[in-house]
Amino acid sequence: MKNKLPAAPYLVWMIVFILVPLIMVAYFAFTDKDAHFTLDYVSNVAQYTPIFVRSIWLALISTVICLFIAYPLAYILIGMNTNIQSTMLMIVMLPMWMNFLLRTYAWMALLGNNGLINALLGLVGLGPFKMLNTEGAVVLGMVYNYLPFMILPIYSVMVKIDKSVLEAAADLGCNPAKTMLKVVFPLSLPGVFSGITMVFVPAISTFIISRMLGGGGNLLIGDLIEMQFLGNSYNINLGAAISLVLMVIVLLIMTILNQFGADDDGVMVI
Amino acid sequence: MSENIITLKDIVVEFDGERILDKINLEIKDKEFVTFLGPSGCGKTTTLRIIGGFLEPDSGDVMFDGQRINGVPPYKRNINTVFQRYALFPHLNVYDNIAFGLRIKKMPEKAISKRVAEMLKLVNLVGYEKRSITRLSGGQQQRVAIARALVNHPKVLLLDEPLGALDLKLRKEMQIELKRIQEQLEITFIYVTHDQEEALTMSDTVVVMNGGKIQQIGSPVDIYNEPTNAFVADFIGESNILRGLMIRDRLVEIAGNEFECVDSGFGENTPVDIVIRPEDITLVPPSESKLNGIVESVIFKGVHYEMLIEGYDFQWIVHSTKAAEKGASVGISFTPDDIHIMHRMKDDDVKEEIAENEE
Repeated sequence: MKNKLPAAPYLVWMIVFILVPLIMVAYFAFTDKDAHFTLDYVSNVAQYTPIFVRSIWLALISTVICLFIAYPLAYILIGMNTNIQSTMLMIVMLPMWMNFLLRTYAWMALLGNNGLINALLGLVGLGPFKMLNTEGAVVLGMVYNYLPFMILPIYSVMVKIDKSVLEAAADLGCNPAKTMLKVVFPLSLPGVFSGITMVFVPAISTFIISRMLGGGGNLLIGDLIEMQFLGNSYNINLGAAISLVLMVIVLLIMTILNQFGADDDGVMVI
Repeated sequence: MSENIITLKDIVVEFDGERILDKINLEIKDKEFVTFLGPSGCGKTTTLRIIGGFLEPDSGDVMFDGQRINGVPPYKRNINTVFQRYALFPHLNVYDNIAFGLRIKKMPEKAISKRVAEMLKLVNLVGYEKRSITRLSGGQQQRVAIARALVNHPKVLLLDEPLGALDLKLRKEMQIELKRIQEQLEITFIYVTHDQEEALTMSDTVVVMNGGKIQQIGSPVDIYNEPTNAFVADFIGESNILRGLMIRDRLVEIAGNEFECVDSGFGENTPVDIVIRPEDITLVPPSESKLNGIVESVIFKGVHYEMLIEGYDFQWIVHSTKAAEKGASVGISFTPDDIHIMHRMKDDDVKEEIAENEE
């Protein structure tokens, strides 16, 4: 029993800030303005299916791009000497020290029709291209903002792989490419799965990035939810219902993912 | 096909300006059990890594079966390694670990399963196929590592202190088992250890190394009985190493007394080092020996007593099944056969080096 005492503050924290809000979201999703039980809001969510699909699709693309950038980078990093490794990691983290909004504003300035990129392209007689307010801009913003969350977990798993295991692979006939495929990749999977979770979940529910870089035509679920609580179409019951459906979807996707990532050592990082 | 499976010629390795290996020359015969023996930092593992292809020498040639293999990467060498801390693949079970090398070679699964079964039998792990390697004991992991290397039928097996992490009893069992496997499969074993007993037990040839240089190459019996210098004598078992003067052939002066011995060819009045093994000394009544001393301590070691005798500014180590009394005056006796004469090592700091290595 004495072991439970130190856990008490965390338990209180979890109840107050996790459990209670969750119950409240569920409560509002299944009640109307007069606090009567109703399924109307939850069933109404179906009309937003296209937005759900677009959100999942863009989050998926961003996650895959992050993975393809982060994985080779992490692999290159662990081959470097320790000092260079920590410097490189610093550089990866550096953008995160800047305010999130500021970073996204910077992209607006770069991508706009009169922005820096189009201005430079104009000098060589190209463009202007419409880059801002496109799905591509939203994906770019997601990749740019969430890339560190993919690099760090993959790197921290890879760096722990025993170098002698790699030598053993070479000893048993693996060239560097096969060592990568047969040993490094399977051993780094836990990091890959944490990275996917850490990028996909915030990407699917973002609203700042889509609003700033995607314009009005590229609404995502995050924007939709925000509008119900803070926007003109104030309707907290609908907002709660959309949030609840989103949570269930994310939970389902993560469960499926964990079927592949289930690791008997439980090396999930972060 | 040449008789030597591996030849090292003038191998030099430098790291940060420090010489790790200083002109190593070595010939290893096919089907031989060779042990590199030396204290940590002597260059024995470095030499092994050069043969395995994990490290390229700064100069010198590595020959395998008559062909120069400098620059050939490990995965193209017909050599396999048992790594110091096993280096098993944590994501694979016992069977898949052992089958790894054969699958890389694209052998049909049927043939693989036959070969793996043979190996499991050889290392006494039948029934463990599906076991996760994280759920094996140290000794079992060791066996998997050996099977994983041997299943490829390499011409040469490199073993880097493979028994270092095991307890004494298991280590002794594995020593015998390794020797049995080596004789059964007729594969060249190159074994690295700092344990002199292990080296003497298993090897056909022992290569004693220190400070990046080979000190002596020979059979275990030769190395023990005829060490070439004080370092080898001291590293291979406990010894009494004294300074002496070779008066002429078969006559040596030890601690002011002349003794007959069996060595010759050192010249006249040459300063030499003399080794007398503790178990070769007999304690006799003081009147019956030219050398007398006082018993300083008596320690029971199980098989024998270890006694320290103070005499002639020297502390003699004596092993005997009969204990002398502490403080007693005794005579130190040995036969001409027991006196091993060695060339004096050039530098006097060798003794210090020995002392450091003992710590």
